[in-house]
Amino acid sequence: MATEESYPEELRYHPEHDWARVEGDQATFGITWFAQDSLGDVVFFDPPEVGATVAKDEPYTEVESVKAVSDVIAPLSGEILEVNAEAGTNPELINTDPYGGGWMVKVRLSDRSEVDDLLDVAAYKDLISD
Amino acid sequence: MTADELRRTPLYDEHVAAGGRMVPFAGWEMPVQYEGVAAEHAAVRERAGMFDVSHMGQIGTSGPDAERFLQFAVSNDVSKLAAGGAQYSCLCADDGGILDDLFSYLFADGSYLTVSNAANHEGDLARLRTLAGGFDVAVADLAPEHSMIAVQGPAARDAVTAVTDGELPSRMHTASLEVAGAPALVCGTGYTGEDGVEIILGNDGAAGVWRALREAGVTPCGLGARDTLRLEVCFHLHGNDMGPDRNPIEAGLGWCCREETGFAGSEAVAAARAEGTAERLAAFAITGRGIPRQGNPILLGEEPVGTVTSGTFSPSLGFGIGMGYVRSGLAEPGTEVEIDVRGRRRSAEIRKKPLYAKSN
Repeated sequence: MATEESYPEELRYHPEHDWARVEGDQATFGITWFAQDSLGDVVFFDPPEVGATVAKDEPYTEVESVKAVSDVIAPLSGEILEVNAEAGTNPELINTDPYGGGWMVKVRLSDRSEVDDLLDVAAYKDLISD
Repeated sequence: MTADELRRTPLYDEHVAAGGRMVPFAGWEMPVQYEGVAAEHAAVRERAGMFDVSHMGQIGTSGPDAERFLQFAVSNDVSKLAAGGAQYSCLCADDGGILDDLFSYLFADGSYLTVSNAANHEGDLARLRTLAGGFDVAVADLAPEHSMIAVQGPAARDAVTAVTDGELPSRMHTASLEVAGAPALVCGTGYTGEDGVEIILGNDGAAGVWRALREAGVTPCGLGARDTLRLEVCFHLHGNDMGPDRNPIEAGLGWCCREETGFAGSEAVAAARAEGTAERLAAFAITGRGIPRQGNPILLGEEPVGTVTSGTFSPSLGFGIGMGYVRSGLAEPGTEVEIDVRGRRRSAEIRKKPLYAKSN
């Protein structure tokens, strides 16, 4: 079931409602609480291929609720190192634990300076409160 | 269409107060969900849920020629409808195309109430008034003053009974009763495959009925769950699974057409029945991963053989389901096809309708 609305301080945010947890030259991506709430019950997530490249601001996978399909936008560019197969089997993790068990991919960043373009938590909260 | 042009039902404030997520639908601002589609879907399959369907239209037909007129206007045999009964039919164009699908209810005074789809209501009225030439009949738009609440699920009748002054009608019958103090037409019909009723009443009484049913434990449900519930049991959605470009025979609605009554469009329907149609509406299930969506091509090998008209994830079954038109020879249960879901081929099998049936 639905979890409490939250936006962790340590994450960086993309305006298309994606988050990145940046650790050195790697980052983990997922969708925000706001995104999963807008989608509703997530019933399908097909993880992308390990080794695929992702480009900042471009879709890299899809997530589906009962009603609709939604592109997931890469907050940063890089190469996929790991995918969350568990979320492929149990897509409801994207609703119940969007910043934990509902992560989507781990990426080796190709341009770490892109991180500066992302929003901090305060700026993201401003964006979604409009 | 912008938000200020959208119409609101008398239950709008109830939806917003209950956390309903309001979306545009057929010119109306309607709740697509409250808690979530899966929870609302389960409430209807397991207990009781209710839907505001006040956007649907009501058309009154009365006068000395009411029966003769409706017999000419709609596809079913209206003379078989008894007072207190309900009947499903198509409203066809002269070429047999389906303008709308309708439920008509006959009252003891010989007048009829016909329920139309929101998007087609104005067009239905125009068509009926055109066809009424030469008949001594009054066709009245009763939609503006009426609301409609569908209460569906195994516990729906008990919940409605608890707030009603008399015995509920059986399936496909109606009764005039007081529901939560408001005079209402209670109909043993629905769009979910579950037992239940639809309550048609004056706008003033709608909020009282809605609140009384909430207190009786009925879960408010949005359009999202309404769509998954109806698709599991393969009820057609006009605009998706049929329209003016499809006749009732290819849509699988030949059972509600009685061409011998001579209804408007009956010649075309009779020809389609006699000659067969190139395509048929078939139900299918995805046999692996993936969720089919409206517009996805249906493939046999490399060959496109049809198009998905409705597709979703089935909350009750746990896999993707849909309906679509395929070449008539392929509409047989067991036929293996593929659905092109945004470039990915998903295995599917044509299945018997309904896709979901209650085990009990």
